[in-house]
Amino acid sequence: MKKEESSERPDNTAFTQQRLPAWQPILSAGIVIPGFLIIGLAFIGIGIALFLTSQTIQVLERDYTGYEQDSPCFSCTSSSTKNCTCEITFSLDKPFTGPVFFYYGLTNYFQSFRKYGVSKDDNQLSGDTTYFKSPQDQCFPYQYDSNKKPIVPCGALPNSMFNDTFELFHVVNKTKKRVPLDGKGISWWTDYNIKYRNPSPVNGSLANAFEGTVKPINWPKPAYELDPTDPNNNGFMNQDFLVWMRRAALPQFRKLYRRITEGDYAAGLPAGDYSVTIHYNYPVLNFDGRKKVVFSNVSWMGGKNEFLGIAYLVVGSLCLVMSVVMLVVYAKFKFKEDS
Amino acid sequence: MAREIGESGEAKSTKVKKHKRRKSKKESKTRIVHANILYDHTKGSDNPNRHYANNKIKTTKYTLLSFLPKNLFEQFHRFANVYFVFIALLNFVPVVNAFQPELAIAPVVFILSVTAIKDLWEDYRRHRSDKEINHMDCLVYSRAKHKSQMVIFLCLLQDCEFDPLKYNSVIECEKPNNDLNRFRGYIIHCSGRRDGLYKDNLLLRGCTIRNTEEAVGIIIYAGHETKAMLNNNGPRYKRSKLERQMNVDVFWCVIILLVMCLFSAIGHGLWMFQYGDKRPVFDVLSPEGTDLSPVVSAIYLFLTMIIVFQVLIPISLFVSIEIVKICQVYFIHQDAELYDEETDSHLQCRALNITEDLGQMQYIFSDKTGTLTENKMVFRRCTVAGVEYSHDANARRLAMYQEVDSEEEDCTSHGGTLPRRDSVASHQSGKVVLRTHSTKSHRRTGSRAEAKRASILSKHTAFSSPMEKDITPDPQLMDKVNECSSQMEFMRFHSQSIRQIPPDLCDVFDFFIALTICNTVVVSSPNQPRQKVRRYELKSPVKTIEDFIKRFTPSRLTSGSNSSSSSSLATNRSSHRVGSSMLSSPSAESTLTKLNEEKPPDHDLQHAFRPVPPNYDKTKALAKDECELRYEAESPDEAALVYAARAYKCALVGRLPDQVTVELPHLGRLSFELLHTLGFDSTRKRMSVVVKHPLTEQITVYTKGADSVIMDLIRPVTDDVKGKRQRKFLFKTQNYLNLYAADGLRTLCIAKKVVSKEEYASWLQHHLEAETAIQKREELLFESALRLETNLHLLGATGIEDRLQDGVPETIASLRKAGLQIWVLTGDKQETAINIAYACKLLDPEEEIITLNADSQEACAVLLENSLHYIQTKFLCNPPPDPQAARHYSSFHFSSPVCSPDSSAHTSPFLVHQLGLVIDGRTLAYALDKSLEDKFLAVARSCRSVLCCRSTPLQKSMVVKLVRNKLKVMTLAIGDGANDVSMIQVADVGVGISGQEGMQAVMASDFALPRFRYLQKLLLVHGHWCYSRLANMILYFFYKNAMFVALIFWYQFYCGFSGSAMVDQWYLIFFNLMFSAFPQLITGTLDKDVSADTLQELPQLYMNGQNSEEYKPYMFWMNMIDACYQSLICFFIPYFAYVDSDVDLFTWGTPITTLALFTILLHLGIETKTWTWMNWVSIGFSISLFFTVALCYNASCPTCFSPSNTYWTMQRLLGDPMFYLLCVVTPIAALLPRYFYRACQGSLFPNPVQVGRQLDRLPADMRRLFLSQSRMKLGSLCSLFTPRALFIPLCRPFQKDYRPRMKQAHVSGTTQKEKAIASPIPPKSVEMWDTPLSSKTSGNHVILDLKTQDKAETCRPGSDSPLSGNLDCAMEASYTKDPPASRTLMYQFTFTD
Repeated sequence: MKKEESSERPDNTAFTQQRLPAWQPILSAGIVIPGFLIIGLAFIGIGIALFLTSQTIQVLERDYTGYEQDSPCFSCTSSSTKNCTCEITFSLDKPFTGPVFFYYGLTNYFQSFRKYGVSKDDNQLSGDTTYFKSPQDQCFPYQYDSNKKPIVPCGALPNSMFNDTFELFHVVNKTKKRVPLDGKGISWWTDYNIKYRNPSPVNGSLANAFEGTVKPINWPKPAYELDPTDPNNNGFMNQDFLVWMRRAALPQFRKLYRRITEGDYAAGLPAGDYSVTIHYNYPVLNFDGRKKVVFSNVSWMGGKNEFLGIAYLVVGSLCLVMSVVMLVVYAKFKFKEDS
Repeated sequence: MAREIGESGEAKSTKVKKHKRRKSKKESKTRIVHANILYDHTKGSDNPNRHYANNKIKTTKYTLLSFLPKNLFEQFHRFANVYFVFIALLNFVPVVNAFQPELAIAPVVFILSVTAIKDLWEDYRRHRSDKEINHMDCLVYSRAKHKSQMVIFLCLLQDCEFDPLKYNSVIECEKPNNDLNRFRGYIIHCSGRRDGLYKDNLLLRGCTIRNTEEAVGIIIYAGHETKAMLNNNGPRYKRSKLERQMNVDVFWCVIILLVMCLFSAIGHGLWMFQYGDKRPVFDVLSPEGTDLSPVVSAIYLFLTMIIVFQVLIPISLFVSIEIVKICQVYFIHQDAELYDEETDSHLQCRALNITEDLGQMQYIFSDKTGTLTENKMVFRRCTVAGVEYSHDANARRLAMYQEVDSEEEDCTSHGGTLPRRDSVASHQSGKVVLRTHSTKSHRRTGSRAEAKRASILSKHTAFSSPMEKDITPDPQLMDKVNECSSQMEFMRFHSQSIRQIPPDLCDVFDFFIALTICNTVVVSSPNQPRQKVRRYELKSPVKTIEDFIKRFTPSRLTSGSNSSSSSSLATNRSSHRVGSSMLSSPSAESTLTKLNEEKPPDHDLQHAFRPVPPNYDKTKALAKDECELRYEAESPDEAALVYAARAYKCALVGRLPDQVTVELPHLGRLSFELLHTLGFDSTRKRMSVVVKHPLTEQITVYTKGADSVIMDLIRPVTDDVKGKRQRKFLFKTQNYLNLYAADGLRTLCIAKKVVSKEEYASWLQHHLEAETAIQKREELLFESALRLETNLHLLGATGIEDRLQDGVPETIASLRKAGLQIWVLTGDKQETAINIAYACKLLDPEEEIITLNADSQEACAVLLENSLHYIQTKFLCNPPPDPQAARHYSSFHFSSPVCSPDSSAHTSPFLVHQLGLVIDGRTLAYALDKSLEDKFLAVARSCRSVLCCRSTPLQKSMVVKLVRNKLKVMTLAIGDGANDVSMIQVADVGVGISGQEGMQAVMASDFALPRFRYLQKLLLVHGHWCYSRLANMILYFFYKNAMFVALIFWYQFYCGFSGSAMVDQWYLIFFNLMFSAFPQLITGTLDKDVSADTLQELPQLYMNGQNSEEYKPYMFWMNMIDACYQSLICFFIPYFAYVDSDVDLFTWGTPITTLALFTILLHLGIETKTWTWMNWVSIGFSISLFFTVALCYNASCPTCFSPSNTYWTMQRLLGDPMFYLLCVVTPIAALLPRYFYRACQGSLFPNPVQVGRQLDRLPADMRRLFLSQSRMKLGSLCSLFTPRALFIPLCRPFQKDYRPRMKQAHVSGTTQKEKAIASPIPPKSVEMWDTPLSSKTSGNHVILDLKTQDKAETCRPGSDSPLSGNLDCAMEASYTKDPPASRTLMYQFTFTD
């Protein structure tokens, strides 16, 4: 009988009786005000540091879309002109400390568009030749050309690859001195080494591996001829291609074009005049887009970014304000109560 | 006949055999059952019973094969599931798909499988219990062994003569139905004779057979056709108030979702449109290769967006709620404070999905007997022949139990028995020995521990705690009994007619005989087999043999053992009807023949001449004997009366179907031949036995019943001297009855009647006809009983005390403080109910009571009208023209302890006054009429407590239904008996008390409690917790999903409204299901806003739930707005940090996901009130799970997971300082407003719950000090913690809604009261008329007419008239009972100031 009884009796443990030791934070003014104060001060400190860091970063942007009539590239905007070249110039008052990063920027360009983003074949791009013959359906309508030949690389994303090219000249005494641009290592290491693979060359030639396929419609050259200067920068493992394939998150974006790390310019661009020669190919005006070139250097926290510092400052100040407000209200009430 | 059975449960019964057979469907009115024995060899088709259900029961829903389809089918009944599957399938349509299709079905599959596993587990448990039941042993009269359990079978006579193997009759009975209270059928013997079968002949499945050694029966219904199974409708699914509220908001979520999708679709259309024919390079043609028009792509996009935003409809919400509820049920079940040692039972949660309703109750409807009271009836006092015997010693004894009860906690082993023994021994009866004995053995009887022990001892004997058994006789009455029995002895010896005894003595004698035999109590002994107890001669042979020799005539010792042998003495023929019939009532022939047999009077020489009353030297033996006897009664009242009679030496020692044996002090054992028993029923409210009196040889009817009934059946008084005396006697008795009732005792009247043989014979003839009738049997029997029970001679009346359960007044007081309106619905008479109500603090002596007793519809209408008028003039100086106008008045009573009058005004728009309402069943019937119900409610809701007396079960449920539907409040019904079942079922929450009254209430209930007082913790603590936990969890869920989805919505502006998401599909889909699921479950299960102690000490906190303060409609929207704000912060801080940079989609999106996770978890942190280690672990787990999954997923496959691939993103981010910088600033910026609000509100304007929480933080002694401070009101409590009450609108009991005068009336209530007492108001009495408006039966009704001259004073505007709030108007109703026909009701209304 006794045993039966005890079997029915609930266990007297802290858990079953809901008596687990617990911390009960109570948001009383005594805790909240110092809390706000500390957070506020810390944030203001961080904010100042970020802001100052950001101030040290130099950025130079030049729009070259040619939208305006007086723009040097205006002549290139009509779709009829082929192989158009234009030149923009800029001058630096003070040296641009290196390493300098050379970006191209696009505006109002929706790489984040859903159907555009999925329009590629990852298997193809990883060098799987079975997908060379029959690209996946998501590449449609850039899957096969009008002759039913498979497009490699297929899809809208590769097809729309940015194909303006730039040359940078340092103008010294009216003579143009080419600034060497470093195109290596501008893409993600994992993209170049793991994610994207070229098909194994057939008979020692990459071109043979692409046998039976056609280039994307918008491309002037097939993938295996992307960089005539460097045989290792061809096929899918072309740095510019990889940079393009990494979709930008927002419609206003820039992509790394080159780094300036060599020769006389390893330490940066000295003050003086410069010109950028642009081989203008990529149309953006039909969707109201803009193109630009950007030169920037970086700090430990990346590119120029004043916003984050400001955000910290604002949030920190808000915390301070709140703590003051609470203090005032509290003091007032406290005072009244005491009287 | 030695049958040994390891039986199904307690029933020591043997079962015969089951057989059943269904006639062809056309003859579907009845079924015919043959004994299977006859068909033992016939296989299959020959057995007429083959069509009937076999006895195997199966309550499982699924089989192994059918599980999957059936379960899925059931799950798809839930609309939400269909919706989610629809979305998952939508993903397979290429035009609109947003995710990897296989991945999209993952959540649905997950949810479905969680539910399926839960169902499977439940089904498995059912399967196991079925298996257990199906494998119980039983004995079957057959050669083939059956595994079956006792179902319903016919209760045959408990007689050894009957050989089931030779039984070959056929039974024709009803088809299986679920009416537990009805059974009709015939047994058709071979001879063609038919005997009727009724519900008394039926043993229901699951019933326990008391004091029966063996029962032989035939199974009528088996397996699923049993009444118990037909009544078992499975678990009940109720939808809680919170869930209903939630569903509204789910609906809003759907609207929001559609709006968002529509917005996106339109946006997309416009986006497409702006390009016109110039297709940008990033635009892609549709799969068909055609150029989609903006409109068509907008339509496609709409569907895509539904998939992308699906998270807004919280798929896991439903599953999470179920999980949390199961945990809550587990914790309630495990609560040690809700465990009752005495019965070894805890609270049972029978409904799993309405735990949170417990926190929102507003009205409690309670049964009285067995719910508020112990249902342990104790004989308290009686009146016999107009003389009252107050039983003071008995009263002292009962008081002692009460004291010991309360003392027990403090002193465990004090010599606390001594004083009691003194008091007990103060009168010198033979009982002393017994008393001492029992006091020793049951030290601290009546206390909990003792009661527990006793209940274990007497598991099979209901209603026999020591407190109920040990009755201290009144010395005066004892003397009379002794005198009477010795005189009888003497007369019998002298062959004198017993009628010569003075009538009052005769009444005393008859009174006790009636108490002893007018019942269905059966005698048993705990030590020995019951069988032998019946044959008591065998048990104590010495004594009986002694008697044998002494008396020379053994005839008086007729007993079961003698009767079983046909060769018993000739004088003993009465007991020969052995096994001759299947019926419990004797067949007509045998009874009639017996009537003619004369029994010669017996004499007992030695006995009669004994000089000393025999009880002195016999005491020991007697005491021993008595101790061994146990009485098993159907109802506690019966047991109480039998024990009372035993205290007067008039002990029931044996009961057989046809005979009752009584042991009397001088006369020894007398056997009353039981001719007929008319059982108790609630319409007649009385029971009768017809016996042949062994002394007078007359056929005597003893009747016992409710006073209101019996008094009407008393023989009209004649005009002679005797009649005068009789009238006086009746008058006195009625007065005593009123007195008893006023003391809160249950009253019963005892009457007798002598009928001549001829009368009886003719009555019997009719009665037997009625009994065998199948049609209208109940009505016929009722009429038949009425014919017998008339012209009664009143013997006396008894008052039985039904003690309140422990802690009932305290529980009621604290429930009331919690703002619950408590109504008591009882079947008891008005006075008894009122007094119990006072005893349990339901009614306050301070407050007025409005009593409504009406005899007609019109009278009732007038009464209600007047009451309403009275209330209005008294309490509202300017009575609002219509009830609606009163809405802005807040509750008068409620608001005093509440801190937030606005909220209470919301739910209880009516003022609740210091008023009690008492209404009787008849008036209630009128008041519940369609035309009057509104008025009734208007009156009732403005009263603090309502007491409905003499109400039927149906009325109870009607009242609950009325209040629930009309007032739109949450109702809880609590009861213990079968008569409460309908009420329990109607209420929002039904609570059953698992007491002595069987399991019917429990079966119907949602929660079963062992005791009433547990209701306090169940509601105030668990209810509050469950409600606040779940409400907060649901709100959090909505917030969480909205916040997450909004992030994606903002992104649509930056991806051409294309349905693209920067959050990777994996995160998007598993965010709800995995990453953010655990902490909220932990918080939803374990969070305690206020500790259990504080909740119980401050019942006012319960109003938090009543007013739905944790989850109000605006809160949903506030959460939505907050979610919107937070998502804006979480989206745009990363946006501006990364805009115009070379960031790629997922390198930008993953930080946003991480930020959102941090924000959501921190948000939960703000909302969590108590942090146990489990909260920390769950949050840590969530975060680490996210990072682990992200890292693994991002490292797993460079080419899979189309359309998005986040290879190595997280790894790179972890090396990026920007990521960390964002993770610090964004959540803090996002949560700043909420945190600030919480901080301000919590420290400057705390609501009561927050005050309670602050109280929790104080050290225990400090807290006690605070709470004990002179009935601390929360209002003042608030001010303790807050700077200044002026700035705390919530803490002020009265708000702008109140008119200043009202406020004054209340606030200065106490001072005004003193004034009122000081200012002399002439006592006014209001006359009541008893005008016969209708010519109904006794045609009395009351017009409550209050000529309140004070009206003018009361309503003097702006006056601080003392009348405004504290006029003590006591309205008393008192009955003056004149002889039946012209009963009048007199009301006295006195204003006592």
